[in-house]
Amino acid sequence: MNLGLTALELARIQFAFTVSFHIIFPAISIGLASFLAVLEWKWLRTQNPIYQDLFKFWIKIFALSFGMGVVSGVVMSYQFGTNWSEFSYFAGSITGPLLSYEVLSAFFLEAGFLGIMLFGWGRVSPRMHFFATLMVAIGTCISMFWILSSNSWMQTPQGFSIENGIIVPHDWFAIVFNPSFPYRLAHMGIAAFLVAALLVTGTAAWHLLKGRRDELVKKSFSMGLWLILILAPLQVFIGDAHGLNTLKHQPAKVAAMEGHWETNHEEGMPLYLFGLPDMQEERTKYAIAIPNLGSLILTHSMDGTVTGLKDFAPEDRPNSTIVFWSFRIMVGLGMLMLLMAFASVWLRKTGKLYEQKWFHGFALIMTPSGFIALLAGWFTTEVGRQPWIVYGIMRTKDALSPVSAEQVGLTLIIFVVVYCIVFGVGIYYMLKLMHKGPKFIHSQASEIGGVGHFKTPMRPLSAINESLDEQDKGASS
Amino acid sequence: MIDLSLIWVAIIGLGVLVYVVLDGFDLGIGILFPFVKDQQERDVMMNTVAPVWDGNETWMVLGGAGLFAAFPMVYSAVLSALYLPIILMVIALIFRGVAFEFRFKANRTKHLWDKAFIGGSILSSFLQGVILGAYIQGIKIIDGRYAGGGLDWLTPFSLFTGVGVVVGYAALGCGWLILKTESQLQQQLYQLMPKLVVALLVIFAGVSIYTPLAHPVIAERWFSLPQLFYFSPVPILVLLLSFLVIRACKQRHEFAPLMYMFGLVFLAYTGFLISLFPYIIPPSVTIWDAAAPYQSQLFSLIGALILIPIIITYTAMSYWVFRDKVKVGDGYH
Repeated sequence: MNLGLTALELARIQFAFTVSFHIIFPAISIGLASFLAVLEWKWLRTQNPIYQDLFKFWIKIFALSFGMGVVSGVVMSYQFGTNWSEFSYFAGSITGPLLSYEVLSAFFLEAGFLGIMLFGWGRVSPRMHFFATLMVAIGTCISMFWILSSNSWMQTPQGFSIENGIIVPHDWFAIVFNPSFPYRLAHMGIAAFLVAALLVTGTAAWHLLKGRRDELVKKSFSMGLWLILILAPLQVFIGDAHGLNTLKHQPAKVAAMEGHWETNHEEGMPLYLFGLPDMQEERTKYAIAIPNLGSLILTHSMDGTVTGLKDFAPEDRPNSTIVFWSFRIMVGLGMLMLLMAFASVWLRKTGKLYEQKWFHGFALIMTPSGFIALLAGWFTTEVGRQPWIVYGIMRTKDALSPVSAEQVGLTLIIFVVVYCIVFGVGIYYMLKLMHKGPKFIHSQASEIGGVGHFKTPMRPLSAINESLDEQDKGASS
Repeated sequence: MIDLSLIWVAIIGLGVLVYVVLDGFDLGIGILFPFVKDQQERDVMMNTVAPVWDGNETWMVLGGAGLFAAFPMVYSAVLSALYLPIILMVIALIFRGVAFEFRFKANRTKHLWDKAFIGGSILSSFLQGVILGAYIQGIKIIDGRYAGGGLDWLTPFSLFTGVGVVVGYAALGCGWLILKTESQLQQQLYQLMPKLVVALLVIFAGVSIYTPLAHPVIAERWFSLPQLFYFSPVPILVLLLSFLVIRACKQRHEFAPLMYMFGLVFLAYTGFLISLFPYIIPPSVTIWDAAAPYQSQLFSLIGALILIPIIITYTAMSYWVFRDKVKVGDGYH
């Protein structure tokens, strides 16, 4: 079952597939946890029960995605050893400890505050509950911190030496806070917030389109759009700073992202709006360019010099065809988010925010744009790191386990089948919950749950009462 | 300098033991599912582990992460040597875990999730046993890397240990259910338990005969004097404990069968460690050969020492809060 590909190609596809599936869920968890903290804070401040009802709705989606994220994350923690044993052997002394910190912080979170957040209503004071929610929001960010530190170290490695063919860490501060880490952390954090904000807005848009006009739906729609209005422009600035950091440390990646082959000396570098970088012919075909804009964006001057891909040896070049387009998909979706946010301001001013059907349709279509942009961004940075797994230190082709293409192909097929069933059902369930929408509850009733009960934070899904499918006709529950 | 490698071996060793004991009985419940057809009784069985199963699996992830941090060589060599059984085992665990959750939420499709739960439980237990067998029989390492073929793990011995773990987990699950259930279901389990114990003894005997024959080093450790004198109680204790489990079932004790089963697992695990030490990958790699640099072991140890006690406390609390019997109609639907 090698599918006509090499073990290396199959292992890369497998990692890309499992990690892309996985990242959807943590991104929702990180974003929604902070959104839930905002909702609860507003509720504490205003005592308006609307916020509490919204909290109780969105916490279901949060619990589901948290559960799915933990489950799909288990695979990731073993894949480094099964598929990339040469990498684990060589760099495990750094990646291992960073990932073990992630695992420990995630478990700490589950063990403590998640229980109060999911099941503590009415059993602890509202302030204590808010504190727990806040700690969960911070905790998801701490998990993200360790993962992104590990990834960023692979992009911009420092603080180590190589002894007897393996990496030996010397300076953990330099390792954790490597040069690309702060930018990547901020970029990913805002991306996760945008994912959640677009999810909230899109869900509200769905209910507006179906004719609901109550406060719960209007509040969701409004809050989501305010968040996008703040986050989307902020992301543009962070993305720009991240790009400049990449230009400094990984110039080949930036050249590939821009389909930029010849280093420009005399004139400014153009920005290609469209084109098809051809790795064989070493040029970008069918290009539509804006003169000098590339220089302006990357060097903040009209004719700044940017190194072209041809200045790197062919075996050191990342695939420009892929990253050129993944980068443009990310940026393009970011622009649409900006457009939506600005349109919402105008509609608010004219008082038509809850009445313009075309805008609700637009917001609905934009629901998955956060995920798509996030994945496109990750493809850009990961494919752009190639041919290296640890940038400039270890090549991806040297990182593979001694496994056959048949075995990797077989497990890849099984992964695809199982993930599509398991997470397909999970996503169906999530859509079902969102279709049902937020409800007016206005009650303080507490449920029995927590450590050792049927409803427990170790099983976040136990926080949701809705069933997955319908009852048989005539069956009793 | 303190020998951090030994501390890490102790942490990971403890993690694996806790995992085998805890996840052992909850995987066992999936293995026992086919013996119980009644939907309400199945609900009860599942409810007996509902509050704890996810936490039980925590220990496996922790063991994997600890191994990666403290012994990256072992992590990379063993995981790539046992490529197929490990990936399939993880996938089966996911399948089972999600089936567990969705079964509670399902109505019309409940029987499908039942099947997924049974299949996932049996497959992941079996593969854990295969991994154990492949590990005991030795992994060929040259220059810190796996140097064998892609199917070296697949031997009659590893298939045999695979079946052994399935039976062992079923017996643990049976002991747990005897403790947590009552009336008809409990009576049925009292009948089942002795059969499982006898099957387990046959497998223990097989492993004990095969291992020293195939591995002279292990034979030497077990059968030379004065070690023989110290270790000879192990098989005697195994027989004694098996007898006690069966007797406790006959006398309808509720707590004793599970405790004696824990004793059996503990003995088997101790025997396993005695056979292995000081090798971390038999037959050639010692704990110190495989250690990560001191700075790596120290850095991760700080986090582990702070957080593992919290996780242990939490786990103990879960079991304490959840100490009562589970009846038909308990839990949530």
